Amino acid sequence: MTAGSLHVVKPGLLTTVQDLGRYGHQASGVPVAGPMDTFSHRVANQLVGNDIHAATLEVTLIGPELIADAATTMAIAGAQFEVTCDDRPVAIGSSFAVATGQRVKFGRIVQGARAYLAVAGGVQTPPVLGSRATHLVSHMGGLSGRALVAGDRVPIVDDAAPRPQRKSAGLVLPSKGRALLRVIPGPQADWFDADAVKTMDGVSFRISPQSNRMGYRLQGPPLIRLHDRELISEPLGIGAIQVPSAGEPILLMADRQTAGGYPKIGYVITADLPLAGQLAPGDFIEFNLCTQQEAVAALIARERQLLRFADLKDVS
Amino acid sequence: MLLVELEPAIDPVINERAILLAQRIRARAGRGVRDVAPGYATLGVHFDPLQTDLAALERTIESEFASLADLEAIADRTVIEIPVRYGGSHGPDIESVAANAGCSIDDVVARHSQRIYRVYMLGFVPGFAYMGRVDPSIASPRHRVPREKVPAGSVGIAGLQTGVYPVESPGGWQLIGHTTSVMFDASRDRPSLLAAGDLVRFIPIGAGR
Repeated sequence: MTAGSLHVVKPGLLTTVQDLGRYGHQASGVPVAGPMDTFSHRVANQLVGNDIHAATLEVTLIGPELIADAATTMAIAGAQFEVTCDDRPVAIGSSFAVATGQRVKFGRIVQGARAYLAVAGGVQTPPVLGSRATHLVSHMGGLSGRALVAGDRVPIVDDAAPRPQRKSAGLVLPSKGRALLRVIPGPQADWFDADAVKTMDGVSFRISPQSNRMGYRLQGPPLIRLHDRELISEPLGIGAIQVPSAGEPILLMADRQTAGGYPKIGYVITADLPLAGQLAPGDFIEFNLCTQQEAVAALIARERQLLRFADLKDVS
Repeated sequence: MLLVELEPAIDPVINERAILLAQRIRARAGRGVRDVAPGYATLGVHFDPLQTDLAALERTIESEFASLADLEAIADRTVIEIPVRYGGSHGPDIESVAANAGCSIDDVVARHSQRIYRVYMLGFVPGFAYMGRVDPSIASPRHRVPREKVPAGSVGIAGLQTGVYPVESPGGWQLIGHTTSVMFDASRDRPSLLAAGDLVRFIPIGAGR
């Protein structure tokens, strides 16, 4: 197989190369990065027959326009965009063949916030510390550690070999910009009065404009701490809901730092993180408390969904 | 992520336990454990919930922790030297640190460079090491409004901590000097110059201006 590329005509709002993340170096302060919606990233890879660890393009709210200078198979999963390949509409959640010179153009976004464009063989940018994921703040991974710009060439594999056409129902996207996210108590849940934890349960928080791949700032009823104790900086994971002293929570997402000193009232469960990744500033989050057992059961149910894709030939 | 909490204190022995515990969990953990990162007095165990027997992982952590409970002494380590140009354009906050401490700029340099610091943890950006303890007489609060851009190599103080900015980034620490040591380079065998548990001494070189 020879090398090819995707020529970036228009980059879109924020299009980055992502794989499942840069694990193994958090002790050196290296953030994980990775897709905001790992589920749809994996679906897109499955649709083109890739390993789930292959790199995809994460497309945010306004999608790119790309010309393939090699033959490939593509699939887009996640947010519902109107997409065309040489003016022919292509369906989200189905793989499609792309011939050399064809133009893939993202149009209007109908639902969700982020889509994942997979190409057969995966995006071939050089791995950094074992991962191709782009971390914007530390300029690591992806294409020179940054989002795509017009004129870029995204390296791919030239692979005209036909792949089975597949389709998948994919993630059930949050509707009307609202998502219900289940939460387990965080390590400092007892720093807040019981009312604060209850306040979180079932109340809507709005995602502020000062939100990005690092985290979502949430506007809603302040979560008041019982005391003013200082927390010694400690490791963080994705989904942590940290609460600075002003009481406005921040939901930490893919590009989070590895450690921080704000108390964490809760963690969004892994199964629901993909839904969070499909939200944008101005959207609403409602939290629901759940148990560790419920969290694991929800993840197993979510993973089962991943197995549900079909070769198109078999679908009547 | 599973957070393992030791005693909530900034203390070399507790920190040493956290670091050794992280090493042992890394060595013993199954493939479901993706990453283990120590903090000052905690460690984060990042795991795939579907490939990890959480109860078994907790038992492993508890047995390893129990075997570290008696640790009182810290193994000797070599001291990593970091050359620093103090003051002037290299350390724009050194005058206010000196004024705050009621001492001369030379005193700030002497007090900062005479101590051997322990790296307690890394975080913030790749290769950023939180080191302590700074001589309390020159301990300085963070800027209330962080700088939008702190140059790579800047040496700063925040409270009783000191550290070096590995890349240009926003930052609120009081900047007293600058080093040309490369704190992080992903292409090196050991990308981060410093690891948790390392010992560091800053060596003053030349004049600031």
